[in-house]
Amino acid sequence: MGKFDNHGLKAVSPLGGYEPHVDAFAGLLIREVTDRALASLAARQGSEDAVKSAAASYLGGALPEPASWNANGEFAAWWMGPDLWMVSAPHDSHELLAGELKEAVGDAGSVVEQTDGWCRFDMEGSRCFDVLERLCNANIRTGKPGDASRTSMEHLGVFLLCHEPGQKYSIVGPRSSAGSLHHALVAAAQSAI
Amino acid sequence: MIINHPILGPRDSQEFTYLGDATLIDRPDWEADDAAGQFHDYLYLRDNPAGEHRELWFHEQGDRSWLVVTRNTVTHEILNVELARDVARARGRSK
Repeated sequence: MGKFDNHGLKAVSPLGGYEPHVDAFAGLLIREVTDRALASLAARQGSEDAVKSAAASYLGGALPEPASWNANGEFAAWWMGPDLWMVSAPHDSHELLAGELKEAVGDAGSVVEQTDGWCRFDMEGSRCFDVLERLCNANIRTGKPGDASRTSMEHLGVFLLCHEPGQKYSIVGPRSSAGSLHHALVAAAQSAI
Repeated sequence: MIINHPILGPRDSQEFTYLGDATLIDRPDWEADDAAGQFHDYLYLRDNPAGEHRELWFHEQGDRSWLVVTRNTVTHEILNVELARDVARARGRSK
């Protein structure tokens, strides 16, 4: 047991529950996901190649190309912008992800802890297209596995990661607006299904 | 209006916000002897062409990159889109 494990406090999810929230519809499941640690990685000017190779050896695979995401073992990463990525790993084993990543890339990159800045909802089921097309203007019907786009839903900037077109997506949005984003997802599901 | 993002391809202009004339990249040196005069011109003097215009756009609902968009202000035709950081670096900014 660690030094801070005996505090008697209980963590709550972005929606405020003790357990991740789940909404089930016919042909669609919206699941709150709370077990991932996040850290952003930006390449410093002139160190783009150094960051890519250092990150690749830490993650066990190359950083994703623009507008895409990938997974290597327990790590996943998505492209956020030019020379900027988000890295994710299981929270239980990588609570200190930002520190580990910073050690791996050294002075070539800037790393920021992001875990508590975001909320994530996974959407699964055959009705994904019908619901997502009501939520955002990403061209989801032509999407392929590994696509990652930043788009807006309910006036919130979100990342939309495609696992399997039409079947499984992750939606990552600002944690402080988790309730609004969840409301938008559920309202769109209720209007479509 | 569709803006052809240099990295992400064609995107609806709804995803972008507009800042203004791309000459904003050429911020004067505040330590120059005539800095006050240079900043006056930088802030207040703008060309207002009917025709080709280079302007700064921000991909706010996208990858958050700044772009230099060359647009014809008469026809709204978009002639060229570049990453603003590439333009700035080519002009010796962003040391």
